[in-house]
Amino acid sequence: MADAAKVTDQPLLDVPDVVWQRASMKLDGARWAAGKLAVTGRAEITGIVDAVADAGHARARHYAEAAVSETGYGVVEHKVIKNEACSRGVVDLYRDEDFVAPRIDDARKIVELPRPAGVVLALIPVTNPVATVFFKTLLALMTRNAVILCPHPAARKVCAEAAHALADAAHKAGAPENAIQVIEEPTIPLIEKLMADSRVDLIVATGGPSVVRAAYRSGTPALGVGPGNAPVLVDDTCDLKAAARRIVASKSFDNSILCTNESTVLAFAGIADRLLDEMKVAKAHICTPEQTQKLRDLLFTDDGFNTAVIGKDADWIAREAGFSAPGAKILVTPVDLVQPEERLVREKLCPVLAFARVTGIDQGISAARSMMRHTGKGHSAAIHSSDERNIMAFSAAVPALRVAVNAGCSLGASGFETHLGPSMTIGTGFAGGSSIGDNLTPHHFVQFARIAYNKEADVAFGAFEGLDPHDLPRLASIATAQPQLSLLAGGGGADSDAVRRELRKIILEELNAVLAA
Amino acid sequence: MFDYGLFRFADKQELFDKSIRFWNPDKTKFWQGVGVDLVIDRREGYCLYDMSGRRLIDLHLNGGTYNFGHRHPELVDTLKGALDYFDMGNHWFPSVARAALSEELIGTAPGMKYAIFGAGGAEAVEIALKSARYATQRRKIVSIIKGYHGHSGLSVATGDERFTKLFLADRPDEFVQVPFNDIDAMERALAGGDVAALIMETIPATYGFPMPQEGYLNACKALCEKYGTMYIADEVQTGLMRTGEMWGWQTYGVEPDIFVTAKGLGGGIYPISAAVVNEKCGGWLEVDGAAHISTSGGAELGCIVAHKALEMLRRPELVANVHAVTRFFADGMADMMQRHGDIFVGVRQKGVVLGLEFDHPEGAVSVSRALYEHGVWAIFSSLDKRVLQFKPGVLLSADMCQEILDRFDAAMPRARALLHELSKAA
Ligand SMILES: Cc1ncc(COP(=O)(O)O)c(C=O)c1O
Repeated sequence: MADAAKVTDQPLLDVPDVVWQRASMKLDGARWAAGKLAVTGRAEITGIVDAVADAGHARARHYAEAAVSETGYGVVEHKVIKNEACSRGVVDLYRDEDFVAPRIDDARKIVELPRPAGVVLALIPVTNPVATVFFKTLLALMTRNAVILCPHPAARKVCAEAAHALADAAHKAGAPENAIQVIEEPTIPLIEKLMADSRVDLIVATGGPSVVRAAYRSGTPALGVGPGNAPVLVDDTCDLKAAARRIVASKSFDNSILCTNESTVLAFAGIADRLLDEMKVAKAHICTPEQTQKLRDLLFTDDGFNTAVIGKDADWIAREAGFSAPGAKILVTPVDLVQPEERLVREKLCPVLAFARVTGIDQGISAARSMMRHTGKGHSAAIHSSDERNIMAFSAAVPALRVAVNAGCSLGASGFETHLGPSMTIGTGFAGGSSIGDNLTPHHFVQFARIAYNKEADVAFGAFEGLDPHDLPRLASIATAQPQLSLLAGGGGADSDAVRRELRKIILEELNAVLAA
Repeated sequence: MFDYGLFRFADKQELFDKSIRFWNPDKTKFWQGVGVDLVIDRREGYCLYDMSGRRLIDLHLNGGTYNFGHRHPELVDTLKGALDYFDMGNHWFPSVARAALSEELIGTAPGMKYAIFGAGGAEAVEIALKSARYATQRRKIVSIIKGYHGHSGLSVATGDERFTKLFLADRPDEFVQVPFNDIDAMERALAGGDVAALIMETIPATYGFPMPQEGYLNACKALCEKYGTMYIADEVQTGLMRTGEMWGWQTYGVEPDIFVTAKGLGGGIYPISAAVVNEKCGGWLEVDGAAHISTSGGAELGCIVAHKALEMLRRPELVANVHAVTRFFADGMADMMQRHGDIFVGVRQKGVVLGLEFDHPEGAVSVSRALYEHGVWAIFSSLDKRVLQFKPGVLLSADMCQEILDRFDAAMPRARALLHELSKAA
């Protein structure tokens, strides 16, 4: 063609960033939804929560497959388990708790009115995308919050698909429009802008330390949780066979992608060889020093941790490192030094487990403390023991806020195989740069307005039983005290309507005459 | 001192004095007479700031001109970006901006054929009426009593005599008016088979937004078809998603031969309007495309802003917001009416287009003043002063809607007092 068509990558006009503009409109939508949810009753909320949980549960496998195929992380079977646990599982767990009705405490003369956060911005990690979408959405809805899901860019498709399905189910069950929304095209600058926006009431951040710190820096109230790096102490009083089995199962669960997975075994020297033998039986591959070196080189390059190994299986990792470990569920790398400079004792998020020998409980504790000095403070630890003193000493001394006992750490510390709050989000407390030390539960999404009566015995507490704050009888209107305008103008009585009409007509005519003049 | 760089005013009073001296003495004094001493200075979002610094939430929106709020950043950035490349353009030539916007507009209204651009609403109405006359080769125009279509030659002739008599611009022989919602009167007006066009606002704004009765607009359209008259929908105040759909006629299921859009189309930052016509009414564009000429009609900068405005209006997030605002005020005003039913006697609503009825022929003037004193600017309907025009924007937030309702509630005692004074005076 003869046109001087301009061939450039840049459009000729500088146009506004539509992605941000749409995200900003989503925030407005969420505020509407939050306003409506905040005055929704318990029965409706339960109906919505159940519908959402069912929608997630019904397609748990589909999303597990989609997540593995999009991110390349984890094991489909295990993601199915997590997706089920984080949908119906979580809802059933909290079924008997009421986050909606006022709580009346006669003894203290206090009534607590639940006050949801409002708009929750939920950051979704690439490692556990769908389970976290389910989990944070349901916790937010149980407590009557609107949620905006902000997936890690590498998991955005599956998160968007799941979020739309949940939103659909919620809407059909009576939730207001936009109760659940998702940012379809997340980028780091976009997420930072959203976090700093005053229309967000609460950020719930799971992800790498930089994301979590950015959440706290944003100025918006945030619940962020730090990374894990769990030591697992095995002493000479435990059931070694069971310990070995649990450790291998936990370490291979979803290819170690839960942040609660075991990082390093600290075995009492007296039982270490037997423990290794039992782990072999449980399908652990014990690496030679050369293989250990190869794994060290594969996992930790000069540029830092190699994220390509996250959530990959043992077979793949061995091959990538340059050796083979057929049939192995995990790769055990014996190390001599348990200090941060030994990179293998850091968080690895793949089925590579460091293994060190300690002389006893005291050295076990100092080793655990040493490895957590780099990462993992405030997170999780595990111990296999039948000696309460060892358990107590270890728990008191290591900087973890939860210590799973005689359980795999992956599902133990995250509350699925213990009685901790089952959670995809593990509070790492003050030590771990977080404002919460618990596993994230619905309780973190709601605060209370408190009606507090005078303590004096002669001031009686009110009878609040049965009062619904959002359905009180209409307070007497001041308007009823006012005489009717039309009555003022004359008329009243039985045929006042006709009189009023006539009067209006006259007034209108007079006024028109005045105006026309 | 108000120093705007290019000009300076010592204070608000100097502005009033100069407005009376150089601009428009009656209009300036009128507002002072009704207790509204507003001179808009800063403006941002849905808020206006008087020269005194007082903040007012804008529910007047100049009839939807500020549908998106004032100086919406996305529109402003769009215009700024366009200014680095375009200017108004040359109206004689085809242009990328005009072609692209025409295609967008036609895309919102399947069945339409061309978009013809003007600079303001009246000009677009003018184009619509001329197009209908060309298509039918008839002269007569039927409109609604108390309808409003602007103040240019043909458009003003369709309107209230308050605006025509003064200028000797009424033309009763060619311009016939019928009462709204009276289908028999409509048939009588059209039955002669000599009417080029029926022009009506989908919901008559300046008349206080009386709602068309069930089936009325469809019946009008059917009569037009029966008698060979073109149906022109004036969508200047009801278009652009304000009734919950892009165009008000879409919510009533009528398909006009021509519809007119203006005001909000330019996002409140660059004036542009359009008459969108079907094939029949666009006939003259095949014959003599220079028969209507407008240097600033369809200026390219305006086209780019309008393009952005249409794109924004189609976003699901925005549509959801319109629904939310609609429901909020439906519930909120029902509640207000229950509490203030002695003076507040009716709500007319379609989407974010609302008319609030007060129990006095001049009621809305008093209520407008009471609201003004309470930080809300909403104007009465010029042609039915019982009714307050209450026009929330499509992007209003939940928080601001609640604030509006709280301020409305707070203003009611003052409105009541003003109304009682009025009643006693009468
Ligand atoms: C329904 C309607 N049509 C047309 C017009 C005229 O528009 P403009 O003032 O831009 O000429 C107006 C202006 O208020 C209007 O409300």
